[in-house]
Amino acid sequence: MNLSLKRHPKLVWIGFAVLATVCSLAVVWAQKNLKASSDPESANVGRTLTVFPVTVKPGPPTPQLDTGLKDGRGTAITAACSTCHTSTTPNVSRNTADDLFQAHRGLSYNHGNLTCLSCHNSKDYDTLHLADGHRVAFPDVMTLCSQCHGTAMRDYLHGSHGGMNGYWDLTRGPRERNNCVNCHDPHYPEFPLVQPVLPPHDRISVPAKH
Amino acid sequence: MNHSETNKPITPCSGNCSCDGGSREKDPWTGNDGSNRRAVLKGLGATLGVAAYAKALAPLTELTQQTSMAEFLQKHYKELTTDEITVVLDRLTRETKEQYGADVTISDPKPIEGVKFGYGLNLSICNGCRKCAEACHLENNHDRPSNQSYIRVFEMTKGSMDFEKGNVHYEHPVPQPDKYYMPVQCQQCEHPPCVDVCPVEATWKEKDGIVVVDYNWCIGCRYCEAACPYHARRFNWQKPEIAAEEINPDQGYLSNRIRPQGVMEKCTFCLHRTRNGRLPACLEACPTGARVFGDLNDPDSEIRWVLENKRVFVLKEELGLKPQFFYFFDE
Repeated sequence: MNLSLKRHPKLVWIGFAVLATVCSLAVVWAQKNLKASSDPESANVGRTLTVFPVTVKPGPPTPQLDTGLKDGRGTAITAACSTCHTSTTPNVSRNTADDLFQAHRGLSYNHGNLTCLSCHNSKDYDTLHLADGHRVAFPDVMTLCSQCHGTAMRDYLHGSHGGMNGYWDLTRGPRERNNCVNCHDPHYPEFPLVQPVLPPHDRISVPAKH
Repeated sequence: MNHSETNKPITPCSGNCSCDGGSREKDPWTGNDGSNRRAVLKGLGATLGVAAYAKALAPLTELTQQTSMAEFLQKHYKELTTDEITVVLDRLTRETKEQYGADVTISDPKPIEGVKFGYGLNLSICNGCRKCAEACHLENNHDRPSNQSYIRVFEMTKGSMDFEKGNVHYEHPVPQPDKYYMPVQCQQCEHPPCVDVCPVEATWKEKDGIVVVDYNWCIGCRYCEAACPYHARRFNWQKPEIAAEEINPDQGYLSNRIRPQGVMEKCTFCLHRTRNGRLPACLEACPTGARVFGDLNDPDSEIRWVLENKRVFVLKEELGLKPQFFYFFDE
């Protein structure tokens, strides 16, 4: 049986076709295998750590005084601090609200030797001010607190002062921090006395009854 | 029987033997002869004996009612394969539904590679409000009537560091000016004595430093409770009572799933939360921010900053147990 290529030119084409099929199958198989073997590596090496944010709860909104009046729709009419304070003379030495009879009645105040205008801005009563006179909006009150309470701020920034919620591992989820004024009343920053919850009912450390 | 024998006077027995000689006299009080009284006493004794035996075995019968065969035959946690643990978790989920009427998810989170947990507590800030103990009570599905919690807050006299002299039963408003407050929970010791004494290896230290209990392997001998110098272990004297709507459905096999009666339990740093990156429940509940939690192996973590920058101490350091729970002061 003579199968020389000259006599049977069709065989060349058939050979080519078979070769091409085998090659393409081999390439596909190799790709698949390579992909499988490189997958775990690429997952580890090329892993970009998404770091979730640590957000601080915003400070109080700019205060509005409730006038006790209602508009036509029944919404309470409020007034900005500056509404009254533009027509009053600032008293830089005032450090109590006890003898006030128009506004701020019943405000208990005990915050060191500070006066009202140590923090409140007499040039714009809708804001606060730093010791150097820079204006601070109410929501950014922590900048103001940290002027004096540097050690507390240092601890806060290192996560050892102030409550928080969320994730210790920021690659897995975000965290929310308390603002200074969430826990401390800026006019009376000392922590109040509280009634403890959940008295224990077990028998450890029961005072001896003789 | 001849006449002479019947007339012979009966010699009374001294009563110091097993014979029945002389006992056939009629009882002057009841008119019965002795054999009858003996039978009654024997019967009474036997009845009392059976009753006492039944009473003594009653807890066992209760236990068999509570314990399913699958639970009885369950292997130690460390020997369970992935498939087997799935079966166990399914069974526990089903049992919680049957016994408590609550739909819960029981997972089995593993330690995070390279993470070692540490806890810090700022004694200058803690005001003794016990919110952490309450949060623990709710998070970890503790028995409601007993106010069980893994955290005990000691009211301490300023100047004293011995929490054995502290008082946990204070009811007055806090903080009192001459006191400070020291919450104590499991210290997750490097050398935990509770693990050493366990006769059945039902408790062990995991890679991330958390000492855990396999509640289905624990035999309730309470050796670990006696061995712990921090009073951190609790015993389930009764089957925990919790209303279905109060059950925390996010549960872990080694942490806050509802424990069976008669086993030990302990703080696990809320591993069902912390192994998923979340903060422990007691930390989130603290209104003063006295608690610091994090990875001791991460040099940038908050807990590491505390250890490197604050005056830190551990409880009962002289015992050499190397607690992973650190107390510190601000000033």
